[in-house]
Amino acid sequence: MSRSFVTLRSLEGFKFYGRKTIVHNLDPRAKALFITTVFVVSLLFTNLYVLLGLLTVHVPFLLAAGVLRRWVYSIRAGALLAGIIFFANLLTGSGVLPALALTVRFLVLLTTFSLFFMTTSPDDLGLALDRVGLVRWLSRRWLGFPNALSFTFTTAVRLVPTLAVDAQTVIDAQRSRGLELDKGNVLRRIRNYVPILIPLLLVAIRRSLELAEALEARGFPGREDRTSLYELRFKASDYLLVLGSSTVLAVSMWIFVIHPVLRLPF
Amino acid sequence: MILVEDVSFEYPSGRGEALSGVSVKFEPGEFVAVMGENGAGKTTLAKHLNGLLRPSSGRVLVDEEDTRRTSVARLARKVGLVFQNPDHLLFSETVRAEVAFALHNLGYAGKTIENQVEKTLGSLDLTRYADVSPFLLSGGERKRVALAAVLAWEPEYLILDEPTIGQDYLQKERLRNFIVQLNSQGKAVIIITHDVEFVAEAKPRVVLLSKGRVVGEGPADRVLSDADKVASASLVKPQIAKLFDQLSRFGFPRDVVDVHRAKQLLEDRLREVSVHV
Repeated sequence: MSRSFVTLRSLEGFKFYGRKTIVHNLDPRAKALFITTVFVVSLLFTNLYVLLGLLTVHVPFLLAAGVLRRWVYSIRAGALLAGIIFFANLLTGSGVLPALALTVRFLVLLTTFSLFFMTTSPDDLGLALDRVGLVRWLSRRWLGFPNALSFTFTTAVRLVPTLAVDAQTVIDAQRSRGLELDKGNVLRRIRNYVPILIPLLLVAIRRSLELAEALEARGFPGREDRTSLYELRFKASDYLLVLGSSTVLAVSMWIFVIHPVLRLPF
Repeated sequence: MILVEDVSFEYPSGRGEALSGVSVKFEPGEFVAVMGENGAGKTTLAKHLNGLLRPSSGRVLVDEEDTRRTSVARLARKVGLVFQNPDHLLFSETVRAEVAFALHNLGYAGKTIENQVEKTLGSLDLTRYADVSPFLLSGGERKRVALAAVLAWEPEYLILDEPTIGQDYLQKERLRNFIVQLNSQGKAVIIITHDVEFVAEAKPRVVLLSKGRVVGEGPADRVLSDADKVASASLVKPQIAKLFDQLSRFGFPRDVVDVHRAKQLLEDRLREVSVHV
């Protein structure tokens, strides 16, 4: 049983839990700028110390949000891939430090996404996306309605935990019929997943069709000038995060573009 | 015998114990209903009986084998668990293949598989769908295929999780007859349900769960006519029990839950009355 639980437990590291901490209350737009900054900076520099610094920056956020234990789940889920990244780089002859740096870069990206999704409610995310002109324009072009795209995204994020529950039930049901997932050679093991994937896919499709009907029955997509009950508003902490993130972003780009010398070798 | 000894269990996602200190016994050939409101821990208990879940503390013994030290595949031979929603397990191209799936997993020989599949399809009135895709069947039929998929290897203990959900009255009646028939052939049947009317007519032993604890245990007519016990599990008395509550002031017993006994008692009284007139 442990195996299937572990697989799904890694999802806990990306799942939103409704809480009221200072990190949860940050505006999703401010948080989006923060992760963009982390993303850009970690891609600009391959310096181990810069990347370790970026990783450390997340610690107070994880602590303040009370999600440190869940973050460990996401790291555990990424551990295999991190190992592959490290050894692949080591074997291709990049040396220990660069290989370590690239591994840390992966962990930084994993951490920042994990932090964002653990502390941002899908509703807030939808509200934020709805304020982005480009998203509304694309949505109107493709789906004929300005808020359809952000809604699709929010729904997809929201369905992840539901699907995880379905997946666990399907795994339990098939194991009750004597299916042993970790039996046989590699090919057999892959085939073992067919009885899991087919019901899961069908349940997901059925669920989405039901959702579509329920939405239409409630008048979706409604009027174009739809207003929102909840409005996003920047607070002092949001301004602080935006200020900090944009400063780091600007300085990093300045260093990268103007002073390539400062791109420290290892 | 399945022995559940002082079992507590907490899901890794937290939110407290789903089972706390549950002790209950299931004998071979017994007919038991595990009842309680949504979230009482019924399904969690069921998943402990074939080792899908292992207790955080306490232990579960299936014929003296500790579920913590045995694989689910091994326990499944003795303990067949039919899940509530057939959509969570149907995946094969034909009903026949669906029913044969577990038999392959459990290592039965080709000829035995063929025989068992035909026999099971016949007993559940599914023979005419043998070569049809299970996805083309109605909800009730899919539920029957799911049952057939477990019944095929004739486990000693059959656990049915919410077998009556989404079934109409006629199908429930047939299901009850089928269960009673299975039980009379010596199979232990454990149903997980909150359908009081279904249980009242079938009259199994009842185990009442509430908030992860056993709050009542005994014969169906005694448990389901006990107002306090029924309320403690957030259930409602069956209609016949409600009727006999009202009739108790005429000297009728209160612990009547099924049509058969109700008819007997009323008939006797009517006879008495007509003799006096």
